[in-house]
Amino acid sequence: MSAKVEIGFNLNGAQRTVEVPREMSTLDMLREVIGLTGTKYACGEGECGACTIIVDGRSVNACLMFAPDCDGRSVTTVEGVVDTPLGERLRDAFVQAGAVQCGFCTPGMMVQAKHLIDMHDGKLGREAIKRGIEGNLCRCTGYVKIVDAIAAAAQPKG
Amino acid sequence: MTADTYLAPKRLDEALEALRGGEATILAGGTDLMVQSQSGKTPIGPKLVNIRRIAGLAGVVRADGEIHIGALTTIAELLEHELVRTHLPSLAEACDHFASSQIRNAGTLGGNVCNASPAGDTLVPLLALGASVELAAKPDAAVTTRAMPLGEFIVGPGKTQRKPAELLTAIRIPVPAAGGVQRFFKFGTRPALDIAAISLGLVTVKEGGVLRHVRLALGAVAPVPMRGVRAESMLEGRRLDPALIEAAAAAARDEVRPISDVRASDWYRRELVRNMVKRMLTDVSQS
Ligand SMILES: Cc1cc2nc3c(=O)[nH]c(=O)nc-3n(C[C@H](O)[C@H](O)[C@H](O)COP(=O)(O)OP(=O)(O)OC[C@H]3O[C@@H](n4cnc5c(N)ncnc54)[C@H](O)[C@@H]3O)c2cc1C
Ligand code: FES
Ligand code: FES
Repeated sequence: MSAKVEIGFNLNGAQRTVEVPREMSTLDMLREVIGLTGTKYACGEGECGACTIIVDGRSVNACLMFAPDCDGRSVTTVEGVVDTPLGERLRDAFVQAGAVQCGFCTPGMMVQAKHLIDMHDGKLGREAIKRGIEGNLCRCTGYVKIVDAIAAAAQPKG
Repeated sequence: MTADTYLAPKRLDEALEALRGGEATILAGGTDLMVQSQSGKTPIGPKLVNIRRIAGLAGVVRADGEIHIGALTTIAELLEHELVRTHLPSLAEACDHFASSQIRNAGTLGGNVCNASPAGDTLVPLLALGASVELAAKPDAAVTTRAMPLGEFIVGPGKTQRKPAELLTAIRIPVPAAGGVQRFFKFGTRPALDIAAISLGLVTVKEGGVLRHVRLALGAVAPVPMRGVRAESMLEGRRLDPALIEAAAAAARDEVRPISDVRASDWYRRELVRNMVKRMLTDVSQS
């Protein structure tokens, strides 16, 4: 019998308390227990980045993180990212650049883009963007437009 | 029947008490454990012990001629750390080519070492750097610790000398001599998220053109990361020239014991070893 663990954490700015099986992934918790489905499931093993979230300021694959490990931490999903000025810039830039086709990779790309922009403090170049999205697969657009979009969003508008 | 439990101790001694009895599965970043538990390769034991909350088990410090890296230090933290960049550039290089940004942010050095994959990226530079592991246990009232060289700790694919009640607490590396030479090279078929077909680490000191304290480590070419001891002894105390480089590269090729798998055949891995050792030594001879 698998134990249920009660955990409390900050999710997109609001405190949440949930009960999860100890072996559940954070991705399953977000989608199945909490009902936030912006974070996508594709490979389930860390290869594609569709499930990227930010935990305590660092991007991670939600599919590889044990849900009980969220206890006491601060978790940001794509739903939390789009609610911010940077999130709006990212969304506009993705649309402007045509960086979305089927859109399945987009939430993970936007969250990883936020992580990269936050970590680089206004000095995010194309090479760093390319290296930074190595863990995010897109089967449609071919990356150039995605890199364009992130580069555009990384320039703070005056 | 008792229910399975989950524990997230905040202190080392509490964690060690939880490990007593040997029924525990240790969770650090989870990047190996999640995949391995879901595939059934590593079933989770009655106790799942998350060690991430233990105070003082992360971070890099320099003390007593050693660089001390806490088991919970992530690959991203290593990559960014000044001490690692300055004194352990070959380890920094391995961290730079490790998986993806997201996995570097979650995966820990302790997890990479305990997972003991023949292709584990940090193991090759750590072996070349002469690293040792520090283990702690609490068999009774007192915490006991022991240390051993990394090369002895890893005994087979996924197998280490860690006893079930022990926790790996740190990796210790003697501070390399100033002016020393370090190289790391990973060969895969993709630039990112790739498991090494082979990897090489070289640590040596060049004194007036003569190589001293040569340590060559090779990954993904044997059940465990291994030292190229025959190539090392050919190079020790010698000046690099094309004939010596050729001979040492051939010796390394002949002493590895690779398998054939989806990533590369035995023959291809051996030839890669020869060519890459040659390239690395040529580069060192010109530096
Ligand atoms: C998509 C993907 C790509 C990857 N790419 C690479 C790569 O390029 N190079 C590479 O080397 N690895 C790679 N890995 C493997 C993995 O990310 C690393 O081995 C990582 O360092 C594991 O650390 P962790 O903290 O996540 O370990 P966990 O998964 O938490 O633990 C790994 C194992 O070690 C044990 N353990 C962990 N910490 C301790 C400790 N302190 N004491 C005792 N036992 C402990 C656990 O019980 C478990 O058996 C990849 C994994 C995935 C899923
Ligand atoms: S679903 Fe998590 S990386 Fe693919
Ligand atoms: S837009 Fe379809 S996967 Fe990226």
